[in-house]
Amino acid sequence: MTAYLITGANICGADRPADLLLYDGWLADPAEAPADAVRVDGTGLIALPGLVDLHTHLREPGREDAETIESGSRAAAMGGFTAVHAMANTDPVADTAGVVEQVWHLGQSAGYCDVRPVGAVTVGLHGERLAELGAMADSDAQVRVFSDDGVCVSDAVIMRRALEYVKAFDGVIAQHAQEPRLTEGAQMNESAMSGVLGMRGWPAVAEEAVIARDCLLAGHVGSRLHVCHVSTEGSVELIRWAKSKGWGVTAEVTPHHLLLTDELVATYDPIYKVNPPLRTKADVEALRAGLADGTIDCVATDHAPHPTEDKECEWAAAAMGMLGLETALSVVQLTMVDTGLLDWAAVADRMSVRPARIGRVGDHGQPIEVGAPANLVLYDPAATRVVEPTTLQSLSRNTPYRGMDLPGSVVATFLRGRATVLDGQLQ
Amino acid sequence: MKHHLLSSADLNREDAVLVLDTAAELLSLADRPIKKLPTLRGRTVVNLFFEDSTRTRISFEAAAKRLSADVINFSAKGSSVSKGESLKDTALTLEAMGADAVVIRHGSSGAPHRLANSGWVRSSVVNAGDGTHEHPTQALLDAFTMRKHLGDLDGRRVTIVGDVLHSRVARSNALLLSTLGAEVTLVAPPTLLPVGVDTWPVQTSYDLDSALDKCDAVMMLRVQAERMNAAFFPSAREYSRRYGLDDRRFRRLPEHAIVMHPGPMNRGMEISADVADSARSVIVEQVTNGVAVRMAVLYLLLSGADLSRTDLPELDSTKAEVVS
Amino acid sequence: MSSASRSHDHPATAREVLDASDISRALTRIAHEILERNKGSANVILLGIPTRGVALAARIAAVMASVEAAEIPAGSLDITMYRDDLRLHPARALEPTDIPSGGIDDAVVVLIDDVLFSGRTIRAALDAINDVGRPAAVQLAVLVDRGHRQLPIRADFVGKNLPTSLSETVRVTLREYDDSDAVLISHTNVSRSSS
Repeated sequence: MTAYLITGANICGADRPADLLLYDGWLADPAEAPADAVRVDGTGLIALPGLVDLHTHLREPGREDAETIESGSRAAAMGGFTAVHAMANTDPVADTAGVVEQVWHLGQSAGYCDVRPVGAVTVGLHGERLAELGAMADSDAQVRVFSDDGVCVSDAVIMRRALEYVKAFDGVIAQHAQEPRLTEGAQMNESAMSGVLGMRGWPAVAEEAVIARDCLLAGHVGSRLHVCHVSTEGSVELIRWAKSKGWGVTAEVTPHHLLLTDELVATYDPIYKVNPPLRTKADVEALRAGLADGTIDCVATDHAPHPTEDKECEWAAAAMGMLGLETALSVVQLTMVDTGLLDWAAVADRMSVRPARIGRVGDHGQPIEVGAPANLVLYDPAATRVVEPTTLQSLSRNTPYRGMDLPGSVVATFLRGRATVLDGQLQ
Repeated sequence: MKHHLLSSADLNREDAVLVLDTAAELLSLADRPIKKLPTLRGRTVVNLFFEDSTRTRISFEAAAKRLSADVINFSAKGSSVSKGESLKDTALTLEAMGADAVVIRHGSSGAPHRLANSGWVRSSVVNAGDGTHEHPTQALLDAFTMRKHLGDLDGRRVTIVGDVLHSRVARSNALLLSTLGAEVTLVAPPTLLPVGVDTWPVQTSYDLDSALDKCDAVMMLRVQAERMNAAFFPSAREYSRRYGLDDRRFRRLPEHAIVMHPGPMNRGMEISADVADSARSVIVEQVTNGVAVRMAVLYLLLSGADLSRTDLPELDSTKAEVVS
Repeated sequence: MSSASRSHDHPATAREVLDASDISRALTRIAHEILERNKGSANVILLGIPTRGVALAARIAAVMASVEAAEIPAGSLDITMYRDDLRLHPARALEPTDIPSGGIDDAVVVLIDDVLFSGRTIRAALDAINDVGRPAAVQLAVLVDRGHRQLPIRADFVGKNLPTSLSETVRVTLREYDDSDAVLISHTNVSRSSS
């Protein structure tokens, strides 16, 4: 196996260039680098632990026209990720050990990152009967994160039971918080903008009411709740409150909710149609502050590929979701680092350490030190790029950042010592 | 004027007055032996209706024909054409046919914007009603009707009553009438006023009686029966009692005030039959004026809008705006 | 309508070719010629082409009325919707069309405009008249004929024949719209659209 000697990189942004040796899948003492080690000039680059995404849609099985596990893993590697969680809303739904094992094995054979399947909470995402959570936990895929993402587990009893049940194998319920009745036919954030645009609004309270209930349930049964894609100021406050109680509540925010607002919907371009919807500037600022102070634990992409025809249409007919894997770190740099809200060590915490811990992904999110698994990303924060959808690895093109200048670029990604990306090129 | 008419917000005061003045001249043609003008000879206007609306379609058709345009009616209602890719494919077909203007009615808010701004067609796009968003030519004909009866709308008080939340007519009228200097009051139960209506250039009230005394025109909006089942109000009877224009309320209106309704009416619900048929009801006249206003819009959008022009909007230039 | 007559671009370089009294005399003469040609005013309707043709029609009608001691019907005929260059220019506001009551069927319609140039305005006016009714005859009176016809059209009554080059602009001012009555000629570098 090729050894890599990275010279002069700034580990998690520390201002003392250091060398790193990736040897046999592990970080080793650079002084012991073999003669044939490939040298990678890390000057000016930041070394972060390989990024971990708690929320990715890879569409396989079922919608291989939008994304496959292979194409999605390639996109993940290009984005600096070494582990991603593949959401359960596939066709068939990942609600049995068979499906999650298939996803896990396809990820392993693709080899670009560890694809950790998320198991459905309820059979078929229907919210009625619990799926066989234990079987999925015990399978080869060792599922620890369960979610009906795309659909809210709205029934309070089902949610309570799920939270209780996963305690047996240290699982976590990742809730897509959306009160269904309050969001029937909803098209965008409910705001002055939805009133002007004549679109059915999606009130913040529909998210916050479910989060409040679930935090109380998690506290009551002593289990772990993870709140998916938090999008409102009020949600941040509720999570801050739940954490102050010492309850096992964690939360994620997507890169797009850190950057984009509902003003963009005025274009009626469904590229901006996403669930939860883009919110207001005040929400964006609260989310940034929440991520900065740790109320929100991590950034998760909610990478949601859709084929062109599902976006090249009128708003109401369009699919919800946007790509995220290949732009996440750049958007986090733009919104959190360049604004002074987070330093790179904190970025490592929010994009690798904490999501790995929440997902119980052992090999990932470890400190960059000798003896740790060699999962690593090298990132050039000084680079800039214009986002061009056709150059993305994803099979889909629905990035909301098309034509935008984004800072930074992933120079290399290493998965257990093997380069999946090198010199900015997929290996 | 812009290249498209998608929203009343596309019209500044000067544009709006130009449309209304032009319509006034065109209305005088209605008395001539030959009602046709050669103005748009050789131009093609497509009526692209994804929703049934015979009256609006006929009005646009008459307007285009009186200007000698070729009219193609494309009714997509009920066919398999109802979803996304189809709008694009339909648009590409129209473009290939050389449509100079596309008049679109669509159930989805913003569909005319998509048609106009996606680079699928170069023709002018006229919004003939999109979802619960806007219906700018209806607002123009309403303003036209009001001007005929009230003169300049500057400082005039217009009360719009009913289901503002779902009404494209209310949205377009609120914008256009305030552009023209009128003071607009929207009256509805709180459940039928949109979130953020406080940011609109209008007053709002929950109480119809208090909004009637000084108004110069009152416009009653149609209330759809299905709203009742969605708990927007308890019953048709209660709605009618609190927000209907009945004979008692009608008598409270100032002498000169006119009564309007975009149609079709629910007699006995939002408006009593006697009020609808009263001398001060201009509801039928609104229909007549619709043709002249739509002629004015087509004329103003299409003259000078030769497709060989190079100053047409280019698309795929939407740039993401971000919070910095 | 004549674009030349609406031009106010270069007043400094303008040269006056007709003053107020010249214009008055020309209109009086035209009025008499119309009466002479039509053997009186019976059955004659004057239609001015907006903008300045309308004022000229009113003035000529007034002269004719004083001679004949009878009311002379005068109105206006907007030709905007009949122009052949609508595709080339931004949309124009419409001017009023005002047909005297009784219509124009079987009448002698005298079209009145300020400047006769390419003839395209008159071509449009003839089409417009056609849609209003069927007159017995149509005649044309203009204050100034500056030549350069692009269509086989001639005036029946001309106030002043004014030889011009295409690089010149002819501008008519009338006190109904402007400070004073005058016909001005000026050089322009821009070749103006023919009217």
